[in-house]
Amino acid sequence: MNDTKHTPYALETRAVVKKYQADAGTIFAVNDVSLQVAAGEFVALVGPSGSGKTTMLSMLAALLKPSSGQILLDGEDLAGMSDAERVVMRREKIGFTFQANNLVPYLSAVENVELMLRLNGRLDKAGKLRARELLARLGLGERLNNLPGQMSGGQQQRVAIARALIHNPSLVLADEPTASLDTERAYQVVETFAGLIHEWQRAGIMVTHDLRMCEYVDRVLQMQDGKLVQIYTDRDEIMKLAKGGKD
Amino acid sequence: MKQTFAVSTYLALKEIWRNRGRFLLVSLVIALITLLVLFIAALGEGLGNGNREYIAKLDGELLVYQAKADFLIAASRLDTARVNEVRQVAGVADAGMIGTASATLILDGDADPLKVALLGVEPGRVGEPPVIEGRQLSADDADEVIIDRNTAIRTNLAVGDTLTLRVTQGTEDAFFTLTIVGISDGRQYSLQPAIFAPFLTWDRVRPQSAAELNFADATANVIAVRLVDPNAVEAMRQEIVAQVDKVEVATLKEAIQALPGYSAQQSTLNTQGGFTLFIGILVIGGFFQIQILQKVSQIGVLKAIGTSNPIVAWAAVIQIVVITAVGVAIGGLLTFLFSLFFPPTVPIVFNGTTSAIALVALLLIGPAGGLVSIRYAVRIEPLKALGLNS
Repeated sequence: MNDTKHTPYALETRAVVKKYQADAGTIFAVNDVSLQVAAGEFVALVGPSGSGKTTMLSMLAALLKPSSGQILLDGEDLAGMSDAERVVMRREKIGFTFQANNLVPYLSAVENVELMLRLNGRLDKAGKLRARELLARLGLGERLNNLPGQMSGGQQQRVAIARALIHNPSLVLADEPTASLDTERAYQVVETFAGLIHEWQRAGIMVTHDLRMCEYVDRVLQMQDGKLVQIYTDRDEIMKLAKGGKD
Repeated sequence: MKQTFAVSTYLALKEIWRNRGRFLLVSLVIALITLLVLFIAALGEGLGNGNREYIAKLDGELLVYQAKADFLIAASRLDTARVNEVRQVAGVADAGMIGTASATLILDGDADPLKVALLGVEPGRVGEPPVIEGRQLSADDADEVIIDRNTAIRTNLAVGDTLTLRVTQGTEDAFFTLTIVGISDGRQYSLQPAIFAPFLTWDRVRPQSAAELNFADATANVIAVRLVDPNAVEAMRQEIVAQVDKVEVATLKEAIQALPGYSAQQSTLNTQGGFTLFIGILVIGGFFQIQILQKVSQIGVLKAIGTSNPIVAWAAVIQIVVITAVGVAIGGLLTFLFSLFFPPTVPIVFNGTTSAIALVALLLIGPAGGLVSIRYAVRIEPLKALGLNS
């Protein structure tokens, strides 16, 4: 096995396996997946339903332990951590946006973003200012004090993006961030997301069914039957894939 | 820990404030339970007090009954010679005869007659209540009485006034006019306001059968005993039984428990109070459980972004405590306001200790009821809550 302390990547997985016991035998939800994502790189993880991308995302998000293999985030192996240690990793080093119901409904937009700083004990004047600036940059300067229920789906997703980035995590994950948005909003959200990932030099991974959204990513990782079957790095190939539409 | 508590408090209070209508409704339910529990406690205290007040406030430690009276005051008969025997027992500081009866107080004008406890006591002896206004009784056969505060409040009678008692003697109504020389604090007996007459006067004016009218010697019901050493209750009880023929001796506590209906009444009200608290636990538990079920995905999101279980649990605890405290405070205030409008005939007494116990119990039922929901919240798996386990 490789040395866990040395990786040039923000995120690296090594031979990650997630298997379950079922009546029909052992099911490999993720089977021997190795990948790397550098800081400032935005990657799409695509594949049909049941391909293992959601399980992979859950492991990258420190929500699920792999059966074997390593998941190195800033050189620390998530696979070997206790539950409490993984909670700390999620809070400090990972930013996460979900398909829907992303936000805490009783907190305003700015309070939702500040929550990450609050959880990390870093909510000071500068942090509050940064949260407001980030939301303003995402076009929500007039919506700072709106509750999630008072915002559209696209606005909520943008708040979630701000929340995922505000605490300067090493890894930002997005699970189907455009699933509940119309096409125009979806493009806007992913473009903004990609822009911030590049600018803030974070490692970003987006799980999506919608291949059109790959237009904004640097690489596309395609999974099938739990395995990583194809990696698109060429810009032309990625654009060709994106023009092909939904998978 | 400080950070955990700060974030928990923030989340808990924000959620309450942003959903204040819903949480206020739950607080109002708790307020109504509080109102009910406090009233049951006050009713228990009031009824108990009305039954035991005179006995409980006796300036003594023991009550002497006729043997085999089973500590029933009305069933006990002791002649006047017996009190002298009790007084002669070494260690007895004082002893006084007490006679009990009921009478009707006739009031001026259109006022309804008032049923009162007519108690015979020996002036200057144990059993005579200290007055808070006026003077003590002067002689065993004086035509004077002390009335307790309850009688004074309900009749507007004052020191120096005369009062008329109606009793049945033989088969005829008899009327007696006596002068009020003093007013004592509350000394109800048998749930009736009390009038204290000198013992021989009491024996003359009390209700009597035709046979009793022809019986010259006065008889008391019980003898109240004050001891030289108030801590020597057990030893002195045995000493009195050994030295005085055909008597049984009870401590004041035993005497109170033996009052007709007292124990049954108190246990009934305590059971009612207990059941109300239990219902409170179910109501609060049910509400918070439903609320947690509605918040599964929200708690899942919180956990997925790195909120620890202690923060989730503390937030739930703080919410429950705040909602319960607000409900209990509103309930306490409502109880106080209602109590201002209750007529003095309703036996409700807000005893500080009893109310405090009820309030503490009410404050504890919130967390007790919410325990299941807190446990449930802690066990929510973010993967399942977010639908990422498919």
